[in-house]
Amino acid sequence: MASTRPNQLFRNKSAKIAAIPMIVTALFVFVGGTAWTIVYSFTSSGLLPRLKWVGLDQYERLWDTRKWLVSIENLAIYGLSMLVLVFVIGFILAALLDQKIRFENTIRTVILYPYALSFVVTGLVWQWILNPEFGVQNIVRGWGWETFTFDPLYNAEIAIFGILIAGLWQGSGLVMVLMLAGLRGIDQDVWKAARVDGIPAWKTYLFIVIPMMRPVFITTLVLVVTGIVKIYDLIVAQTGGGPGIATEVPAKYVYDMMFQANNLGQGFAASTMMLVTVALVVIPWAFLEFGGSKNRG
Amino acid sequence: MTNSVEIKKLDLHFGAVKVLQDLNLDIGKGEFLVLLGSSGCGKSTLLNCIAGLLDVSGGQIHINGTNVTWAEPSERGIGMVFQSYALYPQMTVEGNLSFGLKNAKLPKAEIESRVKRASEILQIEPLLKRKPAALSGGQRQRVAIGRALVRDVDVFLFDEPLSNLDAKLRADLRVEIKRLHHSLQNTMIYVTHDQIEAMTLADRIAIMRGGQIMQLGSPDEIYGRPVNKYVADFIGSPSMNFLDGRIQGGAFHVGDLSIPLDGYDFAGGSPVDADATIGIRPEHVVTGELVGNAAFQVDVEVSLIEPTGSDTLIDCTVAGNHFRVRMDGQSRVSLGEKLRIGINPSMASLFDAKSELRL
Repeated sequence: MASTRPNQLFRNKSAKIAAIPMIVTALFVFVGGTAWTIVYSFTSSGLLPRLKWVGLDQYERLWDTRKWLVSIENLAIYGLSMLVLVFVIGFILAALLDQKIRFENTIRTVILYPYALSFVVTGLVWQWILNPEFGVQNIVRGWGWETFTFDPLYNAEIAIFGILIAGLWQGSGLVMVLMLAGLRGIDQDVWKAARVDGIPAWKTYLFIVIPMMRPVFITTLVLVVTGIVKIYDLIVAQTGGGPGIATEVPAKYVYDMMFQANNLGQGFAASTMMLVTVALVVIPWAFLEFGGSKNRG
Repeated sequence: MTNSVEIKKLDLHFGAVKVLQDLNLDIGKGEFLVLLGSSGCGKSTLLNCIAGLLDVSGGQIHINGTNVTWAEPSERGIGMVFQSYALYPQMTVEGNLSFGLKNAKLPKAEIESRVKRASEILQIEPLLKRKPAALSGGQRQRVAIGRALVRDVDVFLFDEPLSNLDAKLRADLRVEIKRLHHSLQNTMIYVTHDQIEAMTLADRIAIMRGGQIMQLGSPDEIYGRPVNKYVADFIGSPSMNFLDGRIQGGAFHVGDLSIPLDGYDFAGGSPVDADATIGIRPEHVVTGELVGNAAFQVDVEVSLIEPTGSDTLIDCTVAGNHFRVRMDGQSRVSLGEKLRIGINPSMASLFDAKSELRL
């Protein structure tokens, strides 16, 4: 009888064999593709990739391009507003829905429904709603308020907020559902204890319930942030980046460079910058969530 | 003794479901009252009504002479301890104790002295800087009691506070709650489904069933003179033996046996001829040398033996009915052995066969 410890590599063989296709896909497609993109971002690839090194030229050009700078600025405005508002709206909706109200399932479905629509449909719907000729502006003027003006998509200054409205409409439902699940996970006795202690409801939410919902908040944050960084189809469907370049975003810049301007190197450089952005968000989160478990109380 | 809590004609229904019906209960100052019943009997619901966590459908609740039927929980002068502890997990023990007081805008020195006093009484001073997650179940429940204690109130409400603890801790904390009651002399209302907790802690026990109080009395009364068959069956472990038979000519007849009722204290005079049930607690059945003194004796065959250490439980058959006898743990009996047992009717309970009320 063998008394030595069996080789760890050969334990749970069937599970490991079953995981091989996914491991291979992940390694070649994701990791390999990412590495390939980073490598070629240092070349002068045009229509086709070729290994002609140009150092950091692509990056210098990228940061000299106004369209890219506008894209970054738009992403920052859209991203911050979206992040704050989607959490506030989502949480308030969830808190309202958590009051043992009637027709909760119906209301929840109605609010979550936009999330089931693709960004292209959302973009088109909101393009029409915000169109001054037959959208909200037209309806309000039809009621008699002749000077009413609401045409965010036609005003370069505020066009990005037109996108934000559509984004919020689409995304709030998901945040609400996640927050509602989090709220339902809170022990009802905690609420009772807070009432006996005489703590008002808003304080109970702020100082007791929300801190207890930390894991839900972090999961939601990751979902929302990745959604923000990769925003592309909403823009294409709603404004096409316009008016002018007022609603350009990084993902659209990448696509335009790679497939419209036949400038792969520039596209790769831009997408590498996006990767860096995502990494800046995800890596600290991963450390907090999985690394510092010793420090959590 | 003045009353600390008065409940008058309390009704509570959710839609068509009546949870509490016309419930009246007066609780004296400094009294330890236990609400006891199986799950779904309305005991926790009643406690939540007293706390103000549930709106009543009718009737009134008075605490310390004030009508608080529609007052907020925090304005009723109560402190409450929950089964799941319900501590605020991201605050330290100190934070848990002081959060409500800070919110009530009490002076800082006052908060400190109250937290200090509560933590001294409950011996949780070394834990003040810790978070609930770093505490054991017993320590968490102590903190939860502390949170009620710092409120400096006259009435404490406990909602099954020991049910989440293991058996040994439960016994320890039970003693501690009793000691706490002795030193504070507060009114305490305690909900439990555990009859040992009820018997050991209570000044009075209210046995609840179907939203009504079946019997309200001292543990002795409840144990010795249960008002109906339900209470008799519910209290006592192992539970009471019941034999269905007939009272005739001053004796209880079951099968071919006849138990003389000379020593029995009838509540309303002895019925001449009536169907009835006699209830005999396993621990009131006498065996061994004492059998000679018993008013009624019968031979039984031992069909099952359950040793528990301190006692030994014997299963047998009396007049065709399953019957349990509690013997001393030292006694040696073997399966199939013939045993002579004795019953003293003064220790038994008789119930009307129809109404199930005590005779």
